[in-house]
Amino acid sequence: MNSEACDSCPAHVQMAKMGVDIANCDHVVALAGNPNTGKSSVFNALTGLRQHVGNWTGKTVTRAEGAFGYGGKHYKLVDLPGTYSLLSASQDEEISRNFLLFGQPDCTVVVVDATALERNLNLVLQVLEITDRAVVCVNLMDEAKRKGIKVDVRSLSRDLGVPAVSTVARTKEGLSDLVASVAGVASGVTKTSPSRVAPPAEVQEAIDGLVPLIQGMAPGLPSARWVALRLLDGDHKVREALLSGELAELADRQRQAAPLDASRIKAIAGAQ
Amino acid sequence: MTPVSVTPQAVLDRSDELRRGLDGSFRDSMVTSLYQRAGELAGRSVREQGAGKWDFDQRIDRILTSRWLGLPVMLLLLGAVFWVTILGANVPSQMLANAFFAVEAAAAAWFESMGAPWWLTGLVWHGTFRGLAWVVSVMLPPMAIFFPVFTILEDLGYLPRVAFNLDWLFRKAGAHGKQALTMAMGFGCNAAGVTSTRIIDSPRERLLAILTNNFVPCNGRFPTLIMLAVIFVAAAFPPAVAAFAAAAAVMAVVLLGVCFTLGVSWALSRSVLSGEASAFTLEMPPYRRPSILRILYTSLIDRTIFVLGRAMLTAAPAGALIWILANVQAGGTTLAERSIALLEPLGTAIGLDGVILLAYVIAIPANEIVVPTMLMCYLGGAMMMDITTYEQIREVLVGQHGWTLLTAVNLMLFSLLHNPCATTILTIWKETRSARWTALGALMPLGLAFLVCFATAQAVRLLPL
Repeated sequence: MNSEACDSCPAHVQMAKMGVDIANCDHVVALAGNPNTGKSSVFNALTGLRQHVGNWTGKTVTRAEGAFGYGGKHYKLVDLPGTYSLLSASQDEEISRNFLLFGQPDCTVVVVDATALERNLNLVLQVLEITDRAVVCVNLMDEAKRKGIKVDVRSLSRDLGVPAVSTVARTKEGLSDLVASVAGVASGVTKTSPSRVAPPAEVQEAIDGLVPLIQGMAPGLPSARWVALRLLDGDHKVREALLSGELAELADRQRQAAPLDASRIKAIAGAQ
Repeated sequence: MTPVSVTPQAVLDRSDELRRGLDGSFRDSMVTSLYQRAGELAGRSVREQGAGKWDFDQRIDRILTSRWLGLPVMLLLLGAVFWVTILGANVPSQMLANAFFAVEAAAAAWFESMGAPWWLTGLVWHGTFRGLAWVVSVMLPPMAIFFPVFTILEDLGYLPRVAFNLDWLFRKAGAHGKQALTMAMGFGCNAAGVTSTRIIDSPRERLLAILTNNFVPCNGRFPTLIMLAVIFVAAAFPPAVAAFAAAAAVMAVVLLGVCFTLGVSWALSRSVLSGEASAFTLEMPPYRRPSILRILYTSLIDRTIFVLGRAMLTAAPAGALIWILANVQAGGTTLAERSIALLEPLGTAIGLDGVILLAYVIAIPANEIVVPTMLMCYLGGAMMMDITTYEQIREVLVGQHGWTLLTAVNLMLFSLLHNPCATTILTIWKETRSARWTALGALMPLGLAFLVCFATAQAVRLLPL
């Protein structure tokens, strides 16, 4: 398609570095979620691929990729390892976190288990700390029904500030709504305003003290607030990324990209 | 382009300074507020109406993961899987072998009638093709049965229950409970098992899981075990219970492998990898109805064809190599005879023989081809198209090459314990990025295999049996 424009686009450079081939695709969509929420089923249903789906925790330890088309656009779907959080240092969590931070997907779908929403929302809130562009896919609605659990996705969507869609990935129920929501968020048509957990006052103060420095070092860096929080927590991976210049590089690419892509400007503006 | 006004070091210094200003429970309070918010959100959007079918899952779990019934039920299921595989694979294996060797004979005759030189006919048909034919006929039927059955258990949600049942054993061995899962993956393929250890957070426990994954037999090794069980164990029993006996023998080997996994984990966690086992939460997924079409697709295309394809890729050159070894002469004897003579003393000392060791050397790239390689060495370059049934194989091994029950038992032990295949070794290196751990992962099992086989052989020879 428009491979020239793609080559010059910063997402392409970064994705290529992360081993994702995004030739001929308009948007990159990441798929995150707790283990055993049917993430791989969603992946297969969307892409028509038949990646092995296992009924046990931690089956996907590497990234899988596929593609789908919607409304004349091509989407690349990257399936991240299932994780409970983005805070610890195990390898699968790091793969997910690095992809969200450095890969800058146009939209992140967080698949959650409708039968265990509370626990799953922990990861959703952590993802929303890193990115604005997310859609929550409330999956396994059939099992929830079986157990007499009802989830009000409208109220959930309102509370989270990002679209929420209920699905049964195994029977493809609700997937067209999901794709439409993804398209809206990825193209920037749907405006999101994610709910963020307000930290304790003294932490907020520390964050406010650090964010300007981070932005001074790497102007235009999205998720500067998240980086500040991780630094305050002593996260050594984020320290490394800072020292090695990886974060600054990311911000550089964001700045150069801005004139090319209007929707990205909004995204950056939203983050600051 | 923009001048960098703040250096990364300055940001770090400032963050460290601010961090010291925060009290130590900062992280806890962050996590707590995260959980609170999640609880709030869930409380607003979730409505629960009494428990329905939930009870049913729990009732099944009470049996499958019970303290007393959990392990016996698990062994019973495992035994049933082996029994079905052994019972079902025998006839198709023979049919495939018959068909392939008919093709070999016809094609070789056609080559000769076209005036092809003898070495070309030999290399192509009696070497390369025969290697492929053995691999396909020995491996395809057991895999085509074993994989779908195993995948059904996986799809139902049984594997996490296995991990739950075995957790206390692994914890006692100083290893992570999730190692039971990576071990289960190892039954499919050790390389996949090693990769799956990424689900274990602690580097120490992850290394334990990587180093011991090899002690469960992978699919490349199951056909060897099954063949030996059928030829030597089943033959000693009346036909009515022969398949049960063979299945029991295979299961005994598998359990021995689990014992070695636990024993070696225990030894390592008290020496080079010392430390405490960490706790973890394991989610019991609901039982889900397996979707038959997907199981067939996954187990046949993703697994069977994948493993078979890899075996065929290594079997073709190995077949050619064996043919060359058996037909190229140096100083009056063939290269095969020379290498076998060289390995014979070592082989005899550990209750095996030179041919078996040569087969293991040739089969380093892939364990799948050990039995075919061995048979091709025993049968030599001659046309042996009538060796297709297990009874005929037994006749060749016992009658012509002096195999005893000791040879069979030790071959099973060696097959269970010896070094991982080249793919697995490569995977260990990729996962650990350490030459030291990779070397340990390859040599420790090999040393153990020699030690155990040697001890067994000496014990049997000393005892008046």
